[in-house]
Amino acid sequence: MSHKTIINIGPFHPLQEEAEFFQLHVDGETVIDVDVRLSYNHRGIEKLDESKTFDQVPFVVERVCGICSASHPLAYVQAVEEIAHVDVPERSLYLRTIVNELERLHSHLLWVGLAGHFLGYNTVFMWAWKYREPVMDVLETATGSRVNYANAKIGGSRRDISDEQLREIDKVVGELHRPLDMLTNAVLDDPVLHARLKGVGILSPEAAKAYGAVGPTARGSGVPIDVRRDDPYAAYDLVDWDVVTAPGCDVFGKAVVRLLECYEAIKIIKQCIKQIRPGEIDAKVESIPPGEGIGRVEAPRGETFHYVRSDGSNRPVRHKIRAPSYVNIPTFKASCIGQQIADVAITLAAVDPCYSCTERMCRVVDADTHVQVYQFADLVRLSQQKTDRMRRS
Amino acid sequence: MALTTWALRKSLWVYHVNAGACNNCDIEVLALLTPRFDIERFGMILVGSPRHADVLAVTGVCTRQIMPRLQEVYMQMPKPCVVLAIGACANAQGIFTEAYHMGAAVDETIKAVDPSAIIIYVPGCPPKPEAMIAAAVKGMEFLKTL
Ligand code: SF4
Repeated sequence: MSHKTIINIGPFHPLQEEAEFFQLHVDGETVIDVDVRLSYNHRGIEKLDESKTFDQVPFVVERVCGICSASHPLAYVQAVEEIAHVDVPERSLYLRTIVNELERLHSHLLWVGLAGHFLGYNTVFMWAWKYREPVMDVLETATGSRVNYANAKIGGSRRDISDEQLREIDKVVGELHRPLDMLTNAVLDDPVLHARLKGVGILSPEAAKAYGAVGPTARGSGVPIDVRRDDPYAAYDLVDWDVVTAPGCDVFGKAVVRLLECYEAIKIIKQCIKQIRPGEIDAKVESIPPGEGIGRVEAPRGETFHYVRSDGSNRPVRHKIRAPSYVNIPTFKASCIGQQIADVAITLAAVDPCYSCTERMCRVVDADTHVQVYQFADLVRLSQQKTDRMRRS
Repeated sequence: MALTTWALRKSLWVYHVNAGACNNCDIEVLALLTPRFDIERFGMILVGSPRHADVLAVTGVCTRQIMPRLQEVYMQMPKPCVVLAIGACANAQGIFTEAYHMGAAVDETIKAVDPSAIIIYVPGCPPKPEAMIAAAVKGMEFLKTL
């Protein structure tokens, strides 16, 4: 006899750091549908950017998502550089690549740890995060902060990395090989992990394409897309590396892709350090002409896309952000259905969802009258009321 | 000192709420648990339910969507309890002050339901894990003076 219920997860729950709300429609133990409700974290960054000058925006977009805080500013500055037709100095291209790959390393290690935690392997969590700390340290020495790097700048980089620091980075990422081998072997050889991850959360290549999945989510389903190769930016076309894919289409595949990508990241960083030459790091952009531009960057979770339109003033008139989790989260519809409830946690986590970058404003429409309950005018009214409040206080 | 306050001085259990943060503060909170910082040496541990917690660690700006939920989580905690407002966002909405989807700042939101709430502010964007440990230790010292 079928027994259908709805399980509510969230908005606050111990599974994920961030507030989000899932409804699992289950029949007995089997999931038959998922409903994802977002917007707890919506902060209105695109609108906020219109009130900032071009040079201030990188600091805001850095805070779109703390884990991709090198990718978002880079995508944004690339969009603006496209408008202003800037030639970025070569040294800066290498610097950008190094910081972005260090970010990928720390993000993937973070994911491996969290995945271990979700599966009840707290040792993996502790080990992965332990070996992530040296990466955070070199990021701190090179950029000044553990997580918000403030590195990209329109026309170049804000801060140079000295030769001494480059040597330190080279040493630290070199030493990462051993712990990475250990983690990879732990995942590839452990029979329990095989049983928990293989055949779980299947996302077929067709479904991945249909949902427009990007990054490790797509590559774990054997779809070889990677902006770093398909539309090279920074110094990715100057170094030698491979796009990692895995055939399994399951959670295991996604884990393998992330682990192997760490090795590629080390390879890229080492080559950058070898090839980087002294020189200018800033093209000194004076003004931004009217026009529109796009920037694409392969963030640790997939392609992040920024669109900027300028009218010749010192502020963007429109800034649109499409973060990778935004397209990856709907794949839950394909990968969760038919799973056991106990497997849902890791299936959701396999996408490495990041909600802070994904949150959108929702339109609420009354089903009977088709009237929008919350309209643009309401937003404007709210905004004006806020100004009014602030003026009076 | 009331018995409940006396019992609070050691082994604080922490419940973490993301009230619209950019994730940075959250990963730094998680980093506290891991071998480098290891907050468990102070008897602190992250728990999965506000009903078990002594400390509410809030990160993020407190968006309008979150506001009533944050208040509800706070009300579910056994009193007395301590609120740890982590990061520029939780202190005063940081860089997002002018955005349209902001509720009230975390301290105002919580004081609206409990005017006598104990709130500890940890500045920084994000604060370094060391700063969070310092804040937690100061909080414990403060509880001893109650
Ligand atoms: S204080 Fe800074 S790091 Fe923390 S959530 Fe806010 S923007 Fe992110």
